[in-house]
Amino acid sequence: MADAKVIPFGEEPRAKRKGKRVARARTDRTSALAPVGRVLTQAAPEPDTEAPTVPAQAGPAESGRGGAGSPERDGGGWDRKLAHGLSFLRRRITGEYEVDDFGYDQELTDQVVMSALRPLYEKYFRVEVKGVENIPEKGAALIVANHSGTLPVDGLMLQVAVHDHHPAGRHLRMLAADLVFVLPVVNEIARKLGHTLACAEDAQELLERGEVVGVMPEGFKGIGKPFSERYKLQRFGRGGFVQTALRAGAPIVPCSIVGAEEIYPMVGNSRTLARLLGIPYFPLTPTFPWLGPMGVVPLPTKWTIQFGEPIPTDGYPPEAADDPMLMFNLTDQVRETIQHTLYKLLVQRRSVFF
Amino acid sequence: MGKVVLVTGVARQLGGRFVRRIQREPDVDRVIGVDAMPPEHHLGGADFLRADIRHPTIGRLLAEHRVDTVVHMDVNGTPLGKRGSRATVKETNVIGTMQLLGACQKTPSVKRLVVKSSTNVYGSAPRDPAIFTETTPPKSLPSGGFAKDAVEVEGYVRGFARRRPDVAVCVLRFANILGPRADSPLTQYFGLPALPTVLGFDPRLQFVHEDDVIEVLRTAAGEPRRGTLNSGTFNIAGDGVLLLSQAARRLGRPTLPFFLPTVTWVGSALRSAGMTDFSPEQIRLLTHGRVVRTTQMRETLGFEPRYTTAGAFEDYARSRGPGLLPPATLARTVDRIAAALPAGRGQN
Repeated sequence: MADAKVIPFGEEPRAKRKGKRVARARTDRTSALAPVGRVLTQAAPEPDTEAPTVPAQAGPAESGRGGAGSPERDGGGWDRKLAHGLSFLRRRITGEYEVDDFGYDQELTDQVVMSALRPLYEKYFRVEVKGVENIPEKGAALIVANHSGTLPVDGLMLQVAVHDHHPAGRHLRMLAADLVFVLPVVNEIARKLGHTLACAEDAQELLERGEVVGVMPEGFKGIGKPFSERYKLQRFGRGGFVQTALRAGAPIVPCSIVGAEEIYPMVGNSRTLARLLGIPYFPLTPTFPWLGPMGVVPLPTKWTIQFGEPIPTDGYPPEAADDPMLMFNLTDQVRETIQHTLYKLLVQRRSVFF
Repeated sequence: MGKVVLVTGVARQLGGRFVRRIQREPDVDRVIGVDAMPPEHHLGGADFLRADIRHPTIGRLLAEHRVDTVVHMDVNGTPLGKRGSRATVKETNVIGTMQLLGACQKTPSVKRLVVKSSTNVYGSAPRDPAIFTETTPPKSLPSGGFAKDAVEVEGYVRGFARRRPDVAVCVLRFANILGPRADSPLTQYFGLPALPTVLGFDPRLQFVHEDDVIEVLRTAAGEPRRGTLNSGTFNIAGDGVLLLSQAARRLGRPTLPFFLPTVTWVGSALRSAGMTDFSPEQIRLLTHGRVVRTTQMRETLGFEPRYTTAGAFEDYARSRGPGLLPPATLARTVDRIAAALPAGRGQN
């Protein structure tokens, strides 16, 4: 854990941080604006350890896991698809399907929602997934990811990434902010996708059931941060996720998502409107709300999702979950791993859009 | 010497059934049923004593008959029959419980107390954890209605348990009770030809079958079996959950989604028309749903419900007959379409 203290992030005053971070900031800005192929000089000495070992697992278009869209070789493909669709319809309209205690509707998620999100995932954001094998084949795991992009599209894409690429076909159970469960329609979809409220009880319960749980500890601070602070991790809550993982003995898989920051560049935040609407922030982007509904179309950035080496938590004694020092250390370790990987991925990135 | 069991609230179906069941227990000598009005159903060989638990006479009854087990089932959300008002129900729930507990405290023969409560005590809010355990504090305390009564009743019961540590106290928090004979606001709701729902919300519901209710009350009222403990607070619910949309489809009833603000108006309109008791807490339940964890029930109380949530609902649905869109008909229609397709054969 000693090497976890290489760069102190975050809590220092901004002016001081700016001085230290000039090079970094330039990295961000130039890479964000750079035309294809321009590689930064600072980037060169940074050795790249993980990336080459995992040649982009560019998703096979239809992995066939969902079943709904598995292509047929013979000419009867359409008929069979239709018949499959009808049997699906039959189960849906008669209510003969199962949901778990959290309201997770696996059938609906696999066959409808994932199919609906896949074009966005594959064609629009062209998500590249690295290190998906770091998620264990079985048993509980806690995926901790950075959060960005004004709207929580990154959570959905992370879910598609795990669903489509993990060899054991694991399902990611995201933890979502309480606002999600207050909003009509959104809460319904979130529950059916297997999301649940980000609280210790629910996370604990899911981990005890051996699920892969996804959490974005930055919360609204991360997703609603201004564009100028992109790829700078915010505070990781109070480290509750580490405590939960320690209690359950579940490994923590750090996950870095690059590309989500630029989908809605948030150049301003109308606090008055946010307060009026009762939401944590009201984003002003170059297109929203000026272009009306057109402003909600995200920019087609190129995404990379990198899963890091799992950090085991089962080696600690049971009382470790109540040790604040250990909790802070682990939180910092996870946070810094994600931040380092973010920078690494950023310097590798040729451009925001390609 | 056998046991003398006093059961309150026997004029209701559930109370009557429990009285008939508990008499068949070998170690039970005598069963006394108490209610403010005479039951319409028979109580087997049990003695019925017409007494209002809101009055101190109940104390004399306990002492006179040397009662050792009290099963308090007179905690209800709705008035019995058409005449009662919400105010009387509340008074019976709260004042009745206080009076009964006071009487129990004064009666040294009482050794065991079982109270029927409800998972309503957890409330129902979007900021609650998805699954309530017995120790989860509610995020927003129920502000009124039956849920508040239940919270207060449990508060008094806890006070009693502190003052009489020699009495085994068991509080059973039941999920929504469903079954062919059960009569509750929720069964009335599911009896509507079309189910009004809240637009954009699909609550998770949990049910417990009335047969399981009787059985678990019997478990709690008797001596604990080896390796189990039947005092404490327990959530009682069938396994699994049903979404409201799923329940409506299985029942074959169409849903009518309303915006949340209008649901309140529709609710009060229906209530005044006497069609259903659509109380605010009911609306909260049908908006956010409620699921409880039943590990304690299994491991500590040692009770395994015979019906799952889906099973209890199926039994209820069978007793009600099909709705406007019977699932069997819909399934047949889809099958027919599938059969018309060449590749559809053999798939369904």
